[in-house]
Amino acid sequence: MAGNNDALPVRTGFLAWLNKRLPVDQFMRDQLTGYYAPKNFNFWYYFGVLSLVALVIQLVTGIFLTMHYKVGETTAFDSVQYIMREVPYGDLLRYMHSTGASFFFIVVYLHMFRALLYGSYKAPRELLWLFGMAIYLALMAEGFMGYVLPWGNMSFWGAQVIVNLFGTIPVIGPGLVDWIRGDYGIADATLNRFFALHVVAIPLVLLLLVALHLVALRHNGSNNPDGIEIKEKKGADGKPLDGIPFHPYYTVKDLVGVGLFLVLFAIVVFFVPTFGGLFLEGPNFEPVNPLSTPDEIAPVWYFTPFYAILRAVPDQRLGALLMAASLIFFLLLPWLDRSPVKSIRYRGPTWKIALAVFAISFIGLGYLGLQKPEGIYVAAARVLTALYFAFFILMPLYTRGESTRRVPDRVTSSHD
Amino acid sequence: MSDHSVQAEAEIDQDRRGFLIMATVATGAVGAAFAAVPFIASWSPSERARAAGAPVEVDVSKIEPGQMLTVTYRKKAIYIVHRTPEMLASLPGHDGNLKDATSADSIQPQYAKNADRAVRNEFLVVEGTCTHLGCLPKARFEKAMPGLGADWPGGFLCPCHGSRFDLAGRVFNGSPASTNLRIPAYSYPNENTLVIGVDAASTGAA
Repeated sequence: MAGNNDALPVRTGFLAWLNKRLPVDQFMRDQLTGYYAPKNFNFWYYFGVLSLVALVIQLVTGIFLTMHYKVGETTAFDSVQYIMREVPYGDLLRYMHSTGASFFFIVVYLHMFRALLYGSYKAPRELLWLFGMAIYLALMAEGFMGYVLPWGNMSFWGAQVIVNLFGTIPVIGPGLVDWIRGDYGIADATLNRFFALHVVAIPLVLLLLVALHLVALRHNGSNNPDGIEIKEKKGADGKPLDGIPFHPYYTVKDLVGVGLFLVLFAIVVFFVPTFGGLFLEGPNFEPVNPLSTPDEIAPVWYFTPFYAILRAVPDQRLGALLMAASLIFFLLLPWLDRSPVKSIRYRGPTWKIALAVFAISFIGLGYLGLQKPEGIYVAAARVLTALYFAFFILMPLYTRGESTRRVPDRVTSSHD
Repeated sequence: MSDHSVQAEAEIDQDRRGFLIMATVATGAVGAAFAAVPFIASWSPSERARAAGAPVEVDVSKIEPGQMLTVTYRKKAIYIVHRTPEMLASLPGHDGNLKDATSADSIQPQYAKNADRAVRNEFLVVEGTCTHLGCLPKARFEKAMPGLGADWPGGFLCPCHGSRFDLAGRVFNGSPASTNLRIPAYSYPNENTLVIGVDAASTGAA
């Protein structure tokens, strides 16, 4: 890695003792002060570090919520009300956690879109993309199970709908559903295992995946808005000409982004924590009632694009299959895109149009997933579902041999 | 380490080493598979959950004609509808609009796989679980109800994704659900008693 041959500082006393036992200075040099990142990062490059900030918010607030939450079908709902009304600052802790979940998905979606814009998933970063997608899938499981824990009526019916998706698998489906629930319906056993998965198992998996994501990132270095490998142009000192040390340059820049993120986060937590029913849905403020379905079951906003695809299909098995496929196509992206050019700045109009259509279909499906499944909404969801899949399925055709502009040798920057 | 303790590359029996590595990996894999059994099995419904899934008895004489009673069996709502003669008369009129008019692809015991989908045609017994994704379909028993069209014969409407069913729990075309409402195993040990969870005859499959 670049910079690894820089001399380490000469230490005496405790720091010398420490570094002999733990490579603190060496780690700082390899990963921060001697790690060269492209100098042309723009606004889109905030969302990686912001995802990390969101993860930390979720871990810290989650740990403190666990201290007051009581898992169990007779205690869960009441303990959440107890947190909201009687635990000092309990409502703030819970709103930070629920708002944190939505903010986590906002920054993750923007982070993913950044990868689409600048081709960050392309060679040699396919595994980086796959680890990222694994994080995204783990986050979806985490978000879903977390939503069940307050044991409100939407928790129950949401769990019912999602768990029953597994029942559409031929032959093993019905048995699999009983196995997932641990009962013949969504029950205490289901709540308990979702709690264990939400607070222990999935967070551990997430941390491991984040570590792998970062190791894979640092191995090849970050992509950048020009989609150029900065390691291919090195100066006499062996350092990338278009790179700057991650610390202090990007740590300080990221700090500004984190500050802005926290300001927005605080505004939502303080003033609009339910965000008009988008971050926390009304029916979830009622206890579970297995004999009364809420008038309308809509998931939290970050699942709605996939939910709209599920509902657009008038056949349950095909609907579930398409919903699974809509996620799996993301995993195949590095191999579907055949263009030799990474960044949208140098790609042809077909890609720009395709990406715009995809973004519109994704956001549109997200909107439709929140609406009642009737009339024009169903028809619109079908059209957008078709566009969503066309983006992926036709990608090898429209990216192969697309007209591209010449990619410059060095990164471009308005500050040069 | 001194040289004589390390075996020279040429002296190593690679076949034997390969076999031993494979045998060790295979033994470990079998052991891991066995070790996984209790963890996976622990997710199945517990003895307590199984016991709580015992059959439910209902006195059907207390359900007025045209009324519906909802009972719970194995965490599922079971709808028992006392169908009036007019309700029963509505059933044959719309077979062309149904996805599975004869219930060929739907789940029900053999003894309920008939035109009225019932053992005794005045009582419809169905699971109140939408075959789409498990929401509770709501009762819309009157004909031509608002929002359901002038030709609505009476039936059920799922509030989640808009699946529609007739008064025999059969799904209409254009619904996201593909099969009719499931019918649980049930029987009538005597005139007024309905038992859900016990088969009418040995011929039926739940």
